[in-house]
Amino acid sequence: MVDSAPENLHKIEEVVLETDILIIGGGNAGCFAAIEAKKINSDLKVTIMEKAHIDRSGCLAGGMDAINTYIPEGKTPEDLVRWSRAQAGGILREDLALRIAELLNTPIEEWESWGLPIKKNEDGSYKFRGQWDIAIQGSEMKPILAEKTREMGVEVINRVVATNFLYDGERIAGAMGFGVRDGKFYVIKAKATIMAAGGAGGIYKPYTNDGNDCHHQLWYCPFDVGTGYALGIRRGAEMTTFEMRWAAVRTKDFNGPIDTISICYKTPMINAKGEKILAERYQEQGGDKAPRYIRASAPMEEVLAGRGPVYVDTRHMTPAQIKEMKTDYLNERPSFVLFLAANAQDISQEPIEVYGSDPYIVGGHTASGYWIDTDWQTTLPGLFACGDVAGGVPNKFVGGCCAEGMLSARGAVQYISKAVEPAGDFSAQIDMEKSRVFAPLVADEDGIAPRLMEEKMQRIMDEYAGGVQQFYRMNEERLDKALRHIKMMKDQLRYLYAKDLHELMLAHEVIDRLDVAEVLIQHLKFRRETRWPGWQTRMDYPEVDPALDGFVNSRVNLETGEVEMYLKPYVQIVAGHRMKPTL
Amino acid sequence: MPPKVLLNKCDGCRAEHEPLCEQVCPGNLMTLGENGKALCRDLRDCWDCMSCTKVCPQGAIETRMPYQIGYHPAKLIPMMGTNRITWTCVDINGKVERFVVKNRNSEDED
Repeated sequence: MVDSAPENLHKIEEVVLETDILIIGGGNAGCFAAIEAKKINSDLKVTIMEKAHIDRSGCLAGGMDAINTYIPEGKTPEDLVRWSRAQAGGILREDLALRIAELLNTPIEEWESWGLPIKKNEDGSYKFRGQWDIAIQGSEMKPILAEKTREMGVEVINRVVATNFLYDGERIAGAMGFGVRDGKFYVIKAKATIMAAGGAGGIYKPYTNDGNDCHHQLWYCPFDVGTGYALGIRRGAEMTTFEMRWAAVRTKDFNGPIDTISICYKTPMINAKGEKILAERYQEQGGDKAPRYIRASAPMEEVLAGRGPVYVDTRHMTPAQIKEMKTDYLNERPSFVLFLAANAQDISQEPIEVYGSDPYIVGGHTASGYWIDTDWQTTLPGLFACGDVAGGVPNKFVGGCCAEGMLSARGAVQYISKAVEPAGDFSAQIDMEKSRVFAPLVADEDGIAPRLMEEKMQRIMDEYAGGVQQFYRMNEERLDKALRHIKMMKDQLRYLYAKDLHELMLAHEVIDRLDVAEVLIQHLKFRRETRWPGWQTRMDYPEVDPALDGFVNSRVNLETGEVEMYLKPYVQIVAGHRMKPTL
Repeated sequence: MPPKVLLNKCDGCRAEHEPLCEQVCPGNLMTLGENGKALCRDLRDCWDCMSCTKVCPQGAIETRMPYQIGYHPAKLIPMMGTNRITWTCVDINGKVERFVVKNRNSEDED
């Protein structure tokens, strides 16, 4: 293993590869895209470029205990879209959501046939824990998927961090990056490229970040840092709905998932006075079935009103239920069971405290990401997107991201059947990228470490762009201050210093997060209304503005470097009131 | 402060180019120390996903809660079987709980 800085750029080895379809990111969406492409045509060369190792990369590293969207018998794709639309406050791409819903069950059934255990009723049918979600035992679901990916003959290049696209003047022609273990510079030319590198965690400061050992106590995977968005932003791709941030009620301190408790075991959220918050204070918005942003902001409003702490009340649970609930956690975030043990907490006596998470940009839960067409192609020809980086469809969760992987692969295979091969001389682009990528490694030692920049960025975003410590609240003047400082930080990137390859990876994580943060602030500034309190709370514009009923999109003008903002109209396909989950 | 490498048990996966924990860690955090034993290069950057703990053939890695959010000493130890994991959890007062969870469909069933 090479772990020291090269003496100079000329000594860095270049690896040049060619493939038919390049997939950036081998999480569940990327793996499903790869498998689907090989299924359509096994002669195609399909390559996954993965920052970590596909056995445990992406959000599913620890596992998962449920598939949150699976269409039961008797329900239709339109039913799911109606529910999802209302949960997201009436904003979603109905064209894309329908296509996903139509395919939704297929990848899950395939995953089961490859080895994923799904909980069953006595009659053999899947065990639903809510109206759309089925219970699974998914602690090893990612290794199972990775095995299948390799078995299909997909080329997997682990431990290579993508840094920028190759561009032939008209279309995306692959990507460049560096090996975090071997220190080599990678150039992968491709006829089509699928971006599947996940959402963005760590843009905001988590509230547990008060000591040396808690920096990554995040709900979302902290190694998904928005690289997938950043590559598109830097190449002028159109992005949508970044301002619809995902923040949710999570277990306090551990910052872990809560649906396992609240949906499976019907535990109500209560305040310090013992009031059932959603049933008693949010009846008009749907009570326990209120939209997700309402459920996210509800406990924070209680804390602000002096009625905290807030809990999910587990005190009625039987010993058998508690055992089963802990087993569910072992399948998803096992260390939550350790957390309870480390606090000697008997949840039949003491309820589980909850709090809001730090905000994430994650297209699998909300609608942030690339603006795509119905072939899952982005506005950059030759570039497709799936999973958390693809925008427009909230509430995709694991199953929807898998289905999207398949849909993006179908789009990419169709594209390469008619497109010409990328041509041209990439050498100037490659040289420029190589010096950009390795700059922090050959920089002056009297520079700034990636960690310092990361913490500074997270504090700016938390305090001025509506982080959890500010109860998600923001206004124009604070957003302006956040923007000014994020721009100053981007200018300071020339002082980044990385002492080894691991720090070089951290350096690029900061670079990518800053690009995402800048676009995010512009989106938050543009939406001068409060459409999703909690996710997007504008103290200076507390009401919904009907004139903003649509998608807020952005694109970096590559000539001026400015982020251009505009509104795209909403298109309704599925009948019904957009704020109501049923007809 | 997760993960904790038990130096008396870790053999650095001697036959492997990289120890298994280093191969799988999603955060590129596990590496080989100068003593030939596994080492987490940045404890604070761990996500507690337990991938390293599960994959270790020697049972030489323990996952610990950061002290800032949990007391000492609690343990959660996975024993990987062919199609199941047996988890042992010990709380700070020594109370033990066991869980056996199927994690893979075996080929000879259904």
